[in-house]
Amino acid sequence: MGNFLGSMPGAVAQGLIWGIMAVGVYITFRILDIADLTVDGSVCTGAAVCAVLIVNGVNVWLAMLAALVAGIVAGCVTWFFHVILGIPAILAGILTQLMLWSANLKIMGGANVAVSARQFKGIFVTQMDIGGSLIWLFAGAAITVGLLYLFFGTELGCAIRATGCNGAMSRAQGINTNVMKLIGLALSNGIVALAGAVLCQYQGFSDINMGKGAIVTGLASVIIGEAVVRKIGKNFALKLTGVFVGSVIYWMVYQTVVFFKIDTDLLKMLSALLVALFLGIPYLKKQLGQRKTRGGAANG
Amino acid sequence: MDRKEMLRLSGIVKKFNPGTVNEKIALNGLDLTLNDGDFVTVIGGNGAGKSTMLNAIAGVWRVDGGSVVLDGRDITSLPEYKRALYLGRVFQDPMMGTAADMQIEENLALASRRGKRKTLAPGIKKAERAQYRELLSELGLGLEDRLSVKVGTLSGGQRQALTLLMAAMREPKLLLLDEHTAALDPKTAAKVLEITDRIISEKKLTALMITHNMKDAIAHGNRLIMMHEGRVIIDVSGEEKRRLTVEDLLEMFTRASGGEFSNDRAILS
Repeated sequence: MGNFLGSMPGAVAQGLIWGIMAVGVYITFRILDIADLTVDGSVCTGAAVCAVLIVNGVNVWLAMLAALVAGIVAGCVTWFFHVILGIPAILAGILTQLMLWSANLKIMGGANVAVSARQFKGIFVTQMDIGGSLIWLFAGAAITVGLLYLFFGTELGCAIRATGCNGAMSRAQGINTNVMKLIGLALSNGIVALAGAVLCQYQGFSDINMGKGAIVTGLASVIIGEAVVRKIGKNFALKLTGVFVGSVIYWMVYQTVVFFKIDTDLLKMLSALLVALFLGIPYLKKQLGQRKTRGGAANG
Repeated sequence: MDRKEMLRLSGIVKKFNPGTVNEKIALNGLDLTLNDGDFVTVIGGNGAGKSTMLNAIAGVWRVDGGSVVLDGRDITSLPEYKRALYLGRVFQDPMMGTAADMQIEENLALASRRGKRKTLAPGIKKAERAQYRELLSELGLGLEDRLSVKVGTLSGGQRQALTLLMAAMREPKLLLLDEHTAALDPKTAAKVLEITDRIISEKKLTALMITHNMKDAIAHGNRLIMMHEGRVIIDVSGEEKRRLTVEDLLEMFTRASGGEFSNDRAILS
């Protein structure tokens, strides 16, 4: 049992790193009301850029900044497909994701790149020092929540929220909704790529498959987090914190599944079903409610 | 008239689904001129082009012909979000005019910044709240104590009243009301119309108000137009409008439309 508890700090670290990614998903899915599948590719793009730069002797912080920029570019590509070419958002994301698959292979010059913390001393988040990493990660999560809380309280942030909430109203209020979608998608994918950059340092390598299913993991974290913090309050900072909480819970469950040697192959199936269930419940509730009122009207 | 011209629509053409079997000419060479301070009520049967006219003015899409001149400036090719600076809009669907997931004060703050460049300044400043509280208390709906409530929890009437407030906030050159009371119960509709009248007269706004209700069309505004097949077919104002009755209007409508649309009488009355 001691071994099981011993695996938990690692799960928390994983949860916080993927939590950064989930916050990116939250921005598109909950704020912009766009299901952006670009993230499955931009996680790896961030990791690939960061790993390759570190291996080539670039400062770790600069490498992470470059990863952020790469993610922003990926978001802009999806925006171009969606807004300028009029392709449905989901398909636009899938197209970018596919482009990124090739781009990631080219960036890495292969399917993976090793960046060991032993070799590159600048790396400060690594599973070889989980305690030290957790301090950085908690700080990073707090800074992410704080900055985004402030940003979405600005005029620009409010305009982005209004765009996701009601596009027609936003245009009637003089908001250029196309530009707001651009900022939202760029910001989201920038954050997702940054998460990828941290992840490659933590696990010591970047890999072409590392973003697979990231959208579902992210959505699961968002949904779990919402269920947890709903009772506490509606503050936006709390909601963002909830995303990190949801992600940590997700990875603790994952670690438990691994520890008890339950078939991890099934985990993606379970995550997807969880997301489908939680997204479906509000719809079914509404359908049932409508049927009731219709029945009532018929009786009356 | 000595009042200056505020809006001039010249030969506006708008086709939907052009080149298909479903092609519909919604606006067919529409001409309309509004003077500053005109409060015009708009009636007409289904498919007459009333909403299409407002959307053409608001720039929801590009028109297929003609020009829109607002206060001397040709805005025909200006995108919707840029025209918003000059226009206030309230829609038929109470859900459409506000952002449901945002607070009342946040919605008002968006409206008070309409057409301004969005910066990293705070989305709402402390001093604004007192101002919004005062504005809301004038509505008499008790919203002034609920500034931080999400708009989605308000009733349809409350949302329309709020949307009106937002539309008039920056004193638009033209207020566009697209059957904004049609989705409300009669009592709430009367209340929202009363607020509409008050805001328009207080701020001396120029307004176009579509309505399905002939009595309302006669009782409000200084001018009444009737649309049919994408054009204005009746235009009465001043003393003539004051003396109008619903019967007169139905009579005029049947005559002007060639008597073939008596089916629409049911819709209009």
